[in-house]
Amino acid sequence: MTDKSDPTTTRRGFLKAGLAAGGAVAAGGAAHAAGDPLITEIQPWAQGLGEGVDATPYGLPIKYEGDVVRRNVEWLTADTISSINFTPIHALDGTITPQGCAFERHHSGAIELRKEDYRLMINGLVDTPLVFTYADLERFPRVTRTYFLECAANTGMEWAGAQLNGSQFTHGMIHNMEYTGVTLRTLLEEAGVKPEGKWVMVEGADASSNARSIPLEKAMDDCLVAFKANGEALRMEHGYPVRLCVPGWEGNMWVKWLRRIEVGDKPWESREETSKYTDTLEDGTSRKWTWVMDAKSVVTSPSPQMPITHGKGPLVITGLAWSGRGAIARVDVSVDGGKNWKEARLAAPGQDMALTRFYLDHDWDGSEMFLQSRAIDSTGYVQPTKTQLREVRGLNSIYHNNCIQTWWVKPSGEAENVEVS
Amino acid sequence: MSKYRNLVIGTALASALMAAPALAEKLGLGRPALPEEVAAWDKDVRPDGLGLPDGSGSVEDGEMIFADSCAVCHGDFAEGVGNWPKLAGGANTLDHADPLKTVGSYWPYLSTTWDYVHRSMPFGDAQTLSADEVYAIVAYILYSNDLVEDDFVLSKENFLEVEMPNADGFIVDDREETELPLFTAEPCMENCKDTVEVTMRAAVLDVTPDIGEEAAAETPAEAEVAEAAPAAEEPPAAETAALDPEMVAKGEKVFKKCKACHQVGEGAKNRTGPVLNGVFGRTAGMVDGFKYSKVMAAAADDGLVWDHETLSAYLENPKAYLPKNKMSFAGLKKEEDRAAVIAYLRSFD
Ligand code: HEC
Ligand code: HEC
Repeated sequence: MTDKSDPTTTRRGFLKAGLAAGGAVAAGGAAHAAGDPLITEIQPWAQGLGEGVDATPYGLPIKYEGDVVRRNVEWLTADTISSINFTPIHALDGTITPQGCAFERHHSGAIELRKEDYRLMINGLVDTPLVFTYADLERFPRVTRTYFLECAANTGMEWAGAQLNGSQFTHGMIHNMEYTGVTLRTLLEEAGVKPEGKWVMVEGADASSNARSIPLEKAMDDCLVAFKANGEALRMEHGYPVRLCVPGWEGNMWVKWLRRIEVGDKPWESREETSKYTDTLEDGTSRKWTWVMDAKSVVTSPSPQMPITHGKGPLVITGLAWSGRGAIARVDVSVDGGKNWKEARLAAPGQDMALTRFYLDHDWDGSEMFLQSRAIDSTGYVQPTKTQLREVRGLNSIYHNNCIQTWWVKPSGEAENVEVS
Repeated sequence: MSKYRNLVIGTALASALMAAPALAEKLGLGRPALPEEVAAWDKDVRPDGLGLPDGSGSVEDGEMIFADSCAVCHGDFAEGVGNWPKLAGGANTLDHADPLKTVGSYWPYLSTTWDYVHRSMPFGDAQTLSADEVYAIVAYILYSNDLVEDDFVLSKENFLEVEMPNADGFIVDDREETELPLFTAEPCMENCKDTVEVTMRAAVLDVTPDIGEEAAAETPAEAEVAEAAPAAEEPPAAETAALDPEMVAKGEKVFKKCKACHQVGEGAKNRTGPVLNGVFGRTAGMVDGFKYSKVMAAAADDGLVWDHETLSAYLENPKAYLPKNKMSFAGLKKEEDRAAVIAYLRSFD
């Protein structure tokens, strides 16, 4: 679909073209001696006809946006079946992540499961073990809520040092969608939880049989059994036809292709909550049940994949902030590596456990910047520096790295992932 | 459970405002699950043994099944092949840099191994192993971790007797006590520190895939240099002709000293140092996408060509030959080592 040879569709071509324009002078809209030919000459699109309706019954982004796609870091995993890719957050704006570029993480590949073949079982310590079809789920009272999903390993490659050059790679294991579905509480009450029931285990229908234990309080509080995202059916790669949402908690618990909910009196200690998703501290002991995602933020542009190509003058600094403990109350931005901070403008007031977009309208003087952002949530939690985190956790935690990120923006407008003192 | 009580209360308030559906009585949707259906799906096993089926299996049987069904990815001794998970080894590494976490060194409960192998492995052919086969495989994984003898038989009966080395290695999330007090102070807004210095750069490691890398590594200046580097620097034919295989082999050994920073051969990538393919006979400082030091770039502009003499001098004492160049390498003091490594590099022309 995309024309790879078109220089304007690749970041490389874009960067070259932009920088070649001299940096200081804005290339777009510059007045030529005889006027801008894009204005003075009749362009083909102003003369001929475009595509008719139905050319693409389900539309894709225009080819010029062909580089705004999920990307994978090959050396991370042995193959792409049990692997992860990254949302192109550097190139998106607003807060909703389009499903088509929302990151994927599979343990046994994305499966094709028809609604007709879908069954959801509730068993264990319940009055009546039940089986629901997809059509049954559609008849329960429905809710719609927007939540972020962040993989606990997001930014995990950065514990030991600055590694990956781009917010997509350092912070792209996240997406934010508007989900529609039935609360888990509604379904559990339909089956009737016995008084001894203290935990639920949620399990997927794919071959990895991902299983996670969730305390009953959380299950009865805000978990959602979702079948729509951003208004349409879930994508295969996000668990079509039904996935679980566990707001504010690590992405691995958001079991895809949800097929079974078991109520028990103790946690199960499955592989995904012992071997993985436990955080090893410096002395070798490991934290378990670290479910909540701490408050975090990142500047998405400028960033290594989003160099400044227009030279000095007005510059939009923008990024995302979120917290698993509540809403984002404030985001501060520093252009000097944390010496001085300015409060950024929130695009909209923070929402519980959903992404918040922030902007800082900056007049860039063309000198180097060390860009940082710092999120503060409704509980008063302040996003820590990497040094602060390392002091508590050491370097081997892998998961839950919510440190302040630094982009070194050079006078050329290029940016690099760095750590600063 | 108090650790997230605040959270629960907070969001309960919020959801009241958001008008959650009123939950009165049951709606009577769905149907009762049949016992056969529950049995077919409810396969999970808990640390207290709940869910373990009857059965047993020996290390000996496990070794055979493992060799057939698991070893392609996890290795004959569960030590792992390539990037596939390692299931054995790593004892006492948890407090080291890059700990090796395996069933033996890390997993707190044996039930987890049984449960995971039974429900999720082999990769691509999950849920095909019988209970006895799983007991045998788990026995073999224990044996591979030196936790049982080779005549051991694992069964439902003795399952809870096996002690996992890291059983006590876990604590419940304590961020509320250890971190929240540190991370809830009013943040500083002005003059928060005196200096800001770069202490680590992603470009040094350079592990970013494709376009991210290009955007970071390619300044217009370098792009021009790369384009301006013609094939003119091809080594004279006479010099390439005679490569002594013995010298090349010896040079490969010497090259171990360079490997921390340089790659050579097919698929080589820039690391701390540039790719060294074709370095012999060409102008210095020409690798596309590598950021050379100023002095190396200047030497290249002045026409420094890597021939036997210049390479040998550089490798003997990099800092003396080209002060302020950024190859932090002590140098090869022996003439024969230098000759050998040069022969080895020439074999990649
Ligand atoms: C084709 C390759 C392949 C084969 C064959 C295979 N595995 Fe795996 N194994 C994997 C992958 C990939 C993972 C990680 C899956 C994930 O990411 O969730 C894994 C994970 C595991 C783990 C968990 C490792 C950890 O540290 O969390 C165990 C235990 C395991 N396999 C046991 C087995 C056994 C026993 C067999 C044979 C019956 C087997 N595997 C066959 C690829 C394989
Ligand atoms: C600690 C890292 C390190 C080690 C070890 C190291 N190098 Fe280097 N090497 C570099 C760096 C960095 C440069 C670029 C120097 C500059 O730009 O100033 C370089 C440059 C070079 C160059 C010039 C390349 C060019 O494109 O012009 C050669 C040749 C070279 N090294 C060979 C070697 C050999 C042979 C060894 C082992 C005997 C070795 N190096 C060991 C880091 C290293």
